[in-house]
Amino acid sequence: MLKKKLSKKRKTYIAAVRALMLISTAVTCTVAAFVVIYVIVKGVPNISWQLLSTAPSYLADTIGILPDILNTLYIVLATLVLILPLGVGAAIYLTEYATNKKIVAAIEYAAETLSGIPSIIYGLVGMLVFCEFFGMGTTLLAGAMTLVIMNLPTIMRTTQESLKTVPQSYREGAFGLGAGKWRVIRTVVLPGCVDGVVTGCILTVGRILGESAALLYTAGFAHALNGIIEGLGRSGATLTVALYVYAKEQGEFEIAFAIASILLLLTFLINLAAAMTAKFFKRRTAQ
Amino acid sequence: MNAKKKKRLFENIIHAIFLVLGLLTVGFVLLISVYLVISGIPAIREIGIADFLFGKTWASTAAEPKYGILPFILTSIYGTAGAILVGVPVGFFTAVYLAKFAPVKIKKFMEAIVGILAGIPSVVYGLVGMLVLVPGIRSLLNVPDGASLLAAIIVLAIMILPSIIKVSMTSLEAVPPEYEDASLALGATPEETYFRVSVPAAKSGIAAAVVLGVGRAIGEAMAVMMVAGNVANMPSLLQSVRFLTTAVASEMSYSEGLQRQALFSIALVLFFFIMLINAALNFFLKRDKEK
Repeated sequence: MLKKKLSKKRKTYIAAVRALMLISTAVTCTVAAFVVIYVIVKGVPNISWQLLSTAPSYLADTIGILPDILNTLYIVLATLVLILPLGVGAAIYLTEYATNKKIVAAIEYAAETLSGIPSIIYGLVGMLVFCEFFGMGTTLLAGAMTLVIMNLPTIMRTTQESLKTVPQSYREGAFGLGAGKWRVIRTVVLPGCVDGVVTGCILTVGRILGESAALLYTAGFAHALNGIIEGLGRSGATLTVALYVYAKEQGEFEIAFAIASILLLLTFLINLAAAMTAKFFKRRTAQ
Repeated sequence: MNAKKKKRLFENIIHAIFLVLGLLTVGFVLLISVYLVISGIPAIREIGIADFLFGKTWASTAAEPKYGILPFILTSIYGTAGAILVGVPVGFFTAVYLAKFAPVKIKKFMEAIVGILAGIPSVVYGLVGMLVLVPGIRSLLNVPDGASLLAAIIVLAIMILPSIIKVSMTSLEAVPPEYEDASLALGATPEETYFRVSVPAAKSGIAAAVVLGVGRAIGEAMAVMMVAGNVANMPSLLQSVRFLTTAVASEMSYSEGLQRQALFSIALVLFFFIMLINAALNFFLKRDKEK
């Protein structure tokens, strides 16, 4: 009844925006589906046990990505080990200690600036500072340190969010019982921010998996098989960098697609893990 | 008394440690800025700022090298503008649909899709673009090489979609329902209400989403490197072009001397653009919060 009373102009407007919304949503959905399906169809058939379990060999003329998988793992571990104390510490300073509003504003502005800087600039500065100034050379460790600077705002923000949910009364209760500030932080505040730390770690791992520009000139692109300790001191390609090198420099598209499908699978897992931890911690806090 | 003093000293040390950790981000930003300025200035001085910024030829390996980065600057601006022109309308309408109209199931599903789009590494976009878009453009438009500004624009538009959708949705969902109820009660249809009341109310957040997209697009290196052909031409839609980011990345591995310093200067110019964009982003976010 009401619809009949609408003027023609209004009806066209409604039809137009409706169509635009549906088309846009369909486009978004199609693009995502196309990329995912295309990569999986082209990549999964190329994944073989030999690809996953060997290093590239010039003698046998085979390509294996085991070194790249290991390098990715090493760089993720090294980054997390370095970033956790720094990021969590910074978040604790902001929520527990900082009283000067100007300092807080400066820190938050700096964190926002850091998250806006493109990864190629991180790569360049990482190369100048870690590889050249500190004389570390092109190594996985230099790459990991570059990633630490890059991801610090993420860990800081997620930890800060979860610190805010620790009830003020817990802290006051502990203070009332005569605990010092450090003791309160260690026993009351820190256990309360586990969820934020875990979420931050998952997000960071996701970003490291996708990162290439920051690592190309800091961690390099060698494919040698190393243990974790010696590996960190040498140059090595992560999966993403290896994908780039195989596709752009060597024209090995089958290998590139195999790596791309592995990366997509890992992305699904990361998204799933993030959603599950969020649910898990929500349920726990609800109880 | 002594124990009390000791305890106070201990607490002060801990406080100092946390203060240092807290100031780390500020330190890192300073470190990056200082390093870029120090390593970027010498080449600009040597080449001359006007010749560097407005020179139309980049021939770094020629016998008489020329270091003009106007092609890179313009390519980055055109490429980003193109990506915004294509990506923002699609992202905006998707965001309004998902925030206001979509049934819960579709919304959940699409949010997962957007999450996946956001998580796909940029080199994967580059790879798909290289093997689908580039040959597609070549055969559809009948040009000798499909690796072009157009290919880069399409890839960038797809890459900025998820951040535009997410940020716009957040700000649309934060619009007070009273506004919408009032409009609906006055007889406006849902479409009119959401587009003429909610969207204007969320405009700071949507502007922030656009600026965020600009930052993403201008800073992207690897995907663009794989689809744009990487020749230092003045920008034109169907020609191979080089962006600011790819100019740095493509010559870094073998450059030395003045050429290498010029690359740092390009990075400094890029950093300058990013700082401007960050300032704009902060402005919109703050305005959004104040309301």
